[in-house]
Amino acid sequence: MPKTEDIEIRLLLEAIFRKYHYDFRGYAMASVKRRLLQARDHFQCQTVSGLQDLVLHDPTMMAAILPYLTVQVSELFRDPLYFKAVREKVVPHLRTYPSLKVWIAGCSTGEELYSFAILFREEGLFDRTMFYATDINHEALKKAEAGVYSLDRIKLFTENHRLSGGKGSLSDYYTAAYGAASFDKGLRKNVVFSDHSLATDAVFAETHMVSCRNVLIYFDRELQDRAITLFQGSLARKGFLGLGSKETLRFSASADAFSDFAHDERIYQKRDVT
Amino acid sequence: MSMAAPTKSMKDNPIVHPGGAQKKAVVTPEAVAIGVSAGGLKALSAILPALPANYPLPIMIVIHLPPDRDSVVAELFDAKCALTVREAEDKEDILPGHAYFAPPDYHLLIEPDRRLSLSSEEPVLFSRPSVDVLFESAADVYGEGLIGVVLTGANPDGALGLKAILEAGGRGLVQRPDEAYASAMPEAALALSPSAEAMTLEQIADTLQKAVTT
Repeated sequence: MPKTEDIEIRLLLEAIFRKYHYDFRGYAMASVKRRLLQARDHFQCQTVSGLQDLVLHDPTMMAAILPYLTVQVSELFRDPLYFKAVREKVVPHLRTYPSLKVWIAGCSTGEELYSFAILFREEGLFDRTMFYATDINHEALKKAEAGVYSLDRIKLFTENHRLSGGKGSLSDYYTAAYGAASFDKGLRKNVVFSDHSLATDAVFAETHMVSCRNVLIYFDRELQDRAITLFQGSLARKGFLGLGSKETLRFSASADAFSDFAHDERIYQKRDVT
Repeated sequence: MSMAAPTKSMKDNPIVHPGGAQKKAVVTPEAVAIGVSAGGLKALSAILPALPANYPLPIMIVIHLPPDRDSVVAELFDAKCALTVREAEDKEDILPGHAYFAPPDYHLLIEPDRRLSLSSEEPVLFSRPSVDVLFESAADVYGEGLIGVVLTGANPDGALGLKAILEAGGRGLVQRPDEAYASAMPEAALALSPSAEAMTLEQIADTLQKAVTT
């Protein structure tokens, strides 16, 4: 017999999908449950059904509950060795293209995007690159577009940037004032910020690299497959897919479409099949 | 409709409490979850190598380690254990006779379909991975089939998780604080769950074996 709470969570996710078209039904349940129970307690509901009542009848509640459903923890140059591998191994291939498109899927509040933009500027690729930064969370996208981060995070960002093989000083790319670091507007000159759901939307552009890190871990295997199929469809032949340091294509139905490019850094290359 | 329509409240129905004390004897354990912090490598060395290759339960382990480097702890134990010891991979099937370590800087959770999953949600009690996060999700999935083990450590992580395991009908084993390298973690667990069983590392290893042979 399923637990009442599990039934309530399924119903809440169904309600959210029908009413607001956010589809969390394919998310990994253990983590969703943990965060929805936190939301239930935070909004002082007795039950998840009570939370559902609020969400259905008060549209502002959807915005309020979204941060619970989407995990927003990132940093600039998170996992520096990933960016070092992009810089040293992927960039030489990307240089051979006259123009480039890079998709940061699930960009959240923009840390991954600015890392790529800075890296591409340092490597002289920035001016010929179009970046697509997508997420389902509109508030997060607004923050990404603003590019303002608390100054107390900059020390970590700076260290990460250095470890990633950063060529200049990170401080060249932001101005600090009033406890915040505001990143250079020029870094988002070639960036399209857009609402896009890996659960419900389709491929929108051909790209040369997709970076989607620590997003798939929140999906169940079926939804992971859907997302990877989208990346496969978007990537040009021999395009690159970067995943989080503990994510793998091993369990994916599309695993055969990719080869290991930088194994330890979880960078894959789409196979050149005709 | 073939199903009986439960129009009345099910509150009084005794079968919604499968963890009831009188039923405990027939429970078959399904999984072991271990939480450990300071002094953990030595403590685990007294337990994991003692278990045979055909140990019928999976073992999920959270050990607090520095988050900024790749952990070799799984390789280290794999070399000296009959069990297969691995770092947990996201959405991996959970197998008996396997021990899975949470990777540094990720929470480890158990999915309802009995796969492992990782998460980079905020640290809990300054810890990622968090023992509480593993224990709570495992308690939710395995219920009375779970054995939770809290070993040496210098912070209270695991206390709430062990409470959740016991409340779900599972069993709680705690290293005796007086023999633990750091006593805060087992003490916190026992304070919150007086019905957990305090024992030495040797007794814990022994209990984990006996739990599947009787």
